[in-house]
Amino acid sequence: MNKDLLKLLESSARMSCEDMACALGTSRDEVERELGELERSGVIRGYKAIIDGDAIDGEAVSAIIELKVTPKAGLGFEDVAERIASYPYVESVSLMSGVCDLLVTVRGKSFKEVCTFVAEELAVIDGVTSTATQFIMKKYKEYGVPLFGDADDGRGRISL
Amino acid sequence: MIDYERVISRRAREIKPSGIRRFFDIAGTMEGVISLGVGEPDFRTPYRVRKAGIRSLELANTRYTANRGLESLRREIASYNKRRYKIDYDPASEVLVTVGGSEAIDIVLRAIINPGDEVIIPTPSYVCYEPMTSLAGGAAVSVNTRLEDGFKLTAEQLRAAISERTKALILPYPSNPTGAILDLADIEAIRDVLSGTDIIVIADEIYAELTFGREHISVASIPDMRERTVVVSGFSKAFSMTGWRLGYALGPEPLIREITKIHQYAIMCAPTTSQHAAIEALRSCDGDVLEMVREYDMRRRLMVKGFNDLGLECLEPRGAFYAFPSIKSTGLTSEEFCERLLYSKKVALVPGVAFGESGEGYVRASYCYSLMHIKEALRRIREFLSEL
Repeated sequence: MNKDLLKLLESSARMSCEDMACALGTSRDEVERELGELERSGVIRGYKAIIDGDAIDGEAVSAIIELKVTPKAGLGFEDVAERIASYPYVESVSLMSGVCDLLVTVRGKSFKEVCTFVAEELAVIDGVTSTATQFIMKKYKEYGVPLFGDADDGRGRISL
Repeated sequence: MIDYERVISRRAREIKPSGIRRFFDIAGTMEGVISLGVGEPDFRTPYRVRKAGIRSLELANTRYTANRGLESLRREIASYNKRRYKIDYDPASEVLVTVGGSEAIDIVLRAIINPGDEVIIPTPSYVCYEPMTSLAGGAAVSVNTRLEDGFKLTAEQLRAAISERTKALILPYPSNPTGAILDLADIEAIRDVLSGTDIIVIADEIYAELTFGREHISVASIPDMRERTVVVSGFSKAFSMTGWRLGYALGPEPLIREITKIHQYAIMCAPTTSQHAAIEALRSCDGDVLEMVREYDMRRRLMVKGFNDLGLECLEPRGAFYAFPSIKSTGLTSEEFCERLLYSKKVALVPGVAFGESGEGYVRASYCYSLMHIKEALRRIREFLSEL
């Protein structure tokens, strides 16, 4: 049930517990219990809408920043990664294999805002040795959901 | 000037246009409609299958195949059906690849019907059996299945419908539109009635993969049924491949041989690209199908409970992807119900009467739609009912 419930939430987190219980063939109490457990244990970290940022705020910009970081004794990359994660501009922080160490995505109100953030905040963090910033020009898919085309899937209204 | 009335054959003219054509036209053109009206999956064809189709085009595999279909595909079809449904057919002589299940139904009927032969058709059911029977020169004998029997054809009904002229029985389960499936005992009871006759069973098992709670039982897997059964199936529903137009017929060699003759002259062969793609579907898509079934199952539960909560009695569908709630409590005909619902709340359902007279008093709602879509449709139907 855990897995099915998570899958269901991933596809439509707006459903009521009662509807989810019905879809999963279980009781509402059971769903609420499971959800509570998943939230407490940190498996579920929150519920968000998938928003096409460009559709509401054409001026906002996102960037992907590759960071090289000198790991600290006993702490590795944790300390720097957590510090970066604490900035509100930062949408994600990942430890990477390959050329860069940390991959950071940021979103700001303007090109200038993001540049300032990178230059004055990220780049000067102790342990960060270099940054490479790439601005996102257009997003086509977010969280597995295409951001293009309309909802019409090409099927007619009625077929027998 | 040509008098087209005189040009058109009597048989073609006598095919009744669907009585609810008008309703379809309105539903098709109205703005802002939320539909539960289609009989095709909303899922995309699995990526690997699309890729296999593309690959075959890149390799320029674009010629006719054997009339019966690619040998490699027939082998896959045979082993797939053996694995899943415990039915055993010789790919060389007992498998025919067709243009969708529809073509298979057409040519099976044409291969066995003599003028005046009767074909027993349980209704409510998919709309093609009766016109196809008439076009083949046969006479359709409808048997009205009932809600209290779970919309299954009973042995008594079958016995009563059989005459000296009965040539064939259509067994369209899992059922569009009712969602009924046949249990072992149901098929055995039918077998006992048919025992000793030459009546051929056309088992339209196109929804075989889409059952809930238990695996589909193929009519041909029951002892003594194989010799009189042609199984019709295909790729449209299970693998979400409606537009690829690919199906097949499985049956005893003497039947498939004759059916293939008609196929050969009418069609030549099923689309080559689709055949290549279908091999991939049978080989590697069990997981995708399972995933789709799981999703349908969630929608099914939500929809059935939704209708029952609204006071529209709805039998639990055990196969296919339709719910078939009764609207008798509203006092409206199925067409009135659907038309008024469409005009006032912009929700498109299919009137039960489209599937035969015995479908009157019911509507068909497809759950080939997302959970949120179904929720919204049910919300609007609730409003509609409260304003009646």
